[in-house]
Amino acid sequence: MAKPRTLFDKIWANHVVRTEDDGTALIYIDLHLAHEVTSPQAFAGLREAGRKLRRPDRTLAVADHNIPTTDRSKGIEDPESRLQVETLEANVKEFGVPYFPVDDIRQGIVHIIGPEQGLTQPGMTVVCGDSHTSTHGAFGALAFGIGTSEVEHVFATQTLVQKPAKNMRVTVKGAPPAGTTAKDLILAIIGKIGTAGGTGHVIEFAGDAIKNLSMEGRMTVCNMSIEAGARAGMIAPDETTFEYLKGKPYAPKAGAWEQAVQYWSSLPSDPGAVYDTEVELDAADIVPYVTWGTSPQDALPITATVPKAEDFPDPDRQAGIARSIEYMGLTGGMPIQDIKVDTVFIGSCTNGRLEDIRAAAAIAKGRKVASSVKALVVPGSGLVKEAAEAEGLDKILIEAGFEWREPGCSMCLAMNADKLKPGERSASTSNRNFEGRQGPGGRTHLVSPAMAAAAAIKGHLADVREFLA
Amino acid sequence: MPMRAFETGSFAAAPLDIANVDTDQLIPARFLKRPRDARYPEYLFHDVRRTAAGEQDPDFILNRAPWDTAEVLVADRNFGCGSSREAAVYVLVDSGFRAVIAPSFGDIFYSNAMKNGFLPIRLDAAACAGLRQALAERQGGEIAIDLKAQTVTGPDGSVHRFEISAFHKHCLLEGLDDIGFTLAQQAKIDAADARRDAATPWFKPASAV
Repeated sequence: MAKPRTLFDKIWANHVVRTEDDGTALIYIDLHLAHEVTSPQAFAGLREAGRKLRRPDRTLAVADHNIPTTDRSKGIEDPESRLQVETLEANVKEFGVPYFPVDDIRQGIVHIIGPEQGLTQPGMTVVCGDSHTSTHGAFGALAFGIGTSEVEHVFATQTLVQKPAKNMRVTVKGAPPAGTTAKDLILAIIGKIGTAGGTGHVIEFAGDAIKNLSMEGRMTVCNMSIEAGARAGMIAPDETTFEYLKGKPYAPKAGAWEQAVQYWSSLPSDPGAVYDTEVELDAADIVPYVTWGTSPQDALPITATVPKAEDFPDPDRQAGIARSIEYMGLTGGMPIQDIKVDTVFIGSCTNGRLEDIRAAAAIAKGRKVASSVKALVVPGSGLVKEAAEAEGLDKILIEAGFEWREPGCSMCLAMNADKLKPGERSASTSNRNFEGRQGPGGRTHLVSPAMAAAAAIKGHLADVREFLA
Repeated sequence: MPMRAFETGSFAAAPLDIANVDTDQLIPARFLKRPRDARYPEYLFHDVRRTAAGEQDPDFILNRAPWDTAEVLVADRNFGCGSSREAAVYVLVDSGFRAVIAPSFGDIFYSNAMKNGFLPIRLDAAACAGLRQALAERQGGEIAIDLKAQTVTGPDGSVHRFEISAFHKHCLLEGLDDIGFTLAQQAKIDAADARRDAATPWFKPASAV
């Protein structure tokens, strides 16, 4: 009998083009997504070498990082941002790459639109010059971020040189308590294994708490695999996956559907498959989390206090904690719920989908954003925005005092006009709380969409469970 | 930009006692909008090396002689974690760095480094801590790197062997562009194209809609 294989092993084997003696392999890429920030030098490289883009039909481009989230009729004001988007538009024309223009309803964050269009499918290899490509692993695809040299490599060859990753399984048993979300789940996982815990691995998320998540929740979990240091995260495809894909524009149509489902159903890890590393969590222990520091592993329960550097025996760790506390403008020992916020950002490839906006609106309904807080909701795509508006979520949020914006990456990484000023503090549904991530000197606390809405209303980091009573 | 070969030699080195140096610290996202030109070295650690008032912070080691001319960085664990931006490597290369030594690296950073003739060297945490201490104690300490022999020699004379894949070592020593290498496998890629198209005939590639 053949050796039991993991989901990762199967997808890898299906895509190997050639293997070197040292195990380095050339693997085939089914879908290549491109955006304006990491593609220009790759297109330029092709042009200089006189090379063609091998499979434009397996490529899709969109501008997301630089684009304004306010009225777009005037175009992009910032000349550097405008040039980057115009460069992408010229490149896709020259190389014949399908492109969703800025005024297309399908435009949005690259990791929102791939799944939304049904382009991301189980068993595929998906790459993009963006670390949060791990999002697409929620469909049981092998999806990971690549650098610009690799973008050029995929453009030219539709393949990538890769070392096989190690297999890690993170099993979350049981059911999570009320008031917690997929975001809390992944923050708990990162808190447990650390930001380098997944290095060299592909993480397969498993267990009832994962299986019972919607596709949107699964995407939130896989999205932040990179914050756990993993190259990719993935979840076995199942009925939830198939149900989500059915009817999407690029999904298989009647006739081909059964054949596709049969193939997809063969992908989940075989019973008895062996993982290099196994981690287990009990969902019952999960609570609403907030990050207090400048690393995604700095997550603590909302009811906790900011750590004190002197509580850590390791001098290196002490220095790190002290540095983070100073940057964040906090005091060791203060209750996290006493931390006031200036800005609330709901959006990003982590939490910019319809379910996330619903969660924020459920908290915002009939309440008001604190007068000291500026609160933005940035849908992940034009279609997410349209769907939210069809449900009247925009009205609820605007009525409560949130700004309702156009889709894009926005304040997740401060490449467009949406950014924190030095010293400003945000509760943010994005994925990184690194120093300066949301603007130089800005201070970021990562939370779920419901927790972000709660913070907007209270004016400080707050426990969403108080809103559920 | 053509790949540059890594040449064995002895390099001025600086210790950097910060764990989890992320790509936003190496180069903040706002500079990713700019071309890679003569200004690039200004972006390295742009916000970390400056005070709130925007002045160069004398407490940051790369702002101080003799470390301000370092070509090798000895760092702590999880160096280059975060985003996929290859600019995090460009900014080090354009600032004169040839290699970085750390206990562990962000996977994408590690792979990006290799494509730019910039050598990421993994040594265990104790060895890295020892090298950082030796560099901090001896002004102008150098680190010798021999890629062929896969060794690092510290300013204290300590010799450390490092691992690197045979493929990457070959590419770095020869300065090989791996696109050229891959394109030589034309027949195998043609077969893979056909195989994948046949395996998922329902997948309607992007231009089809």
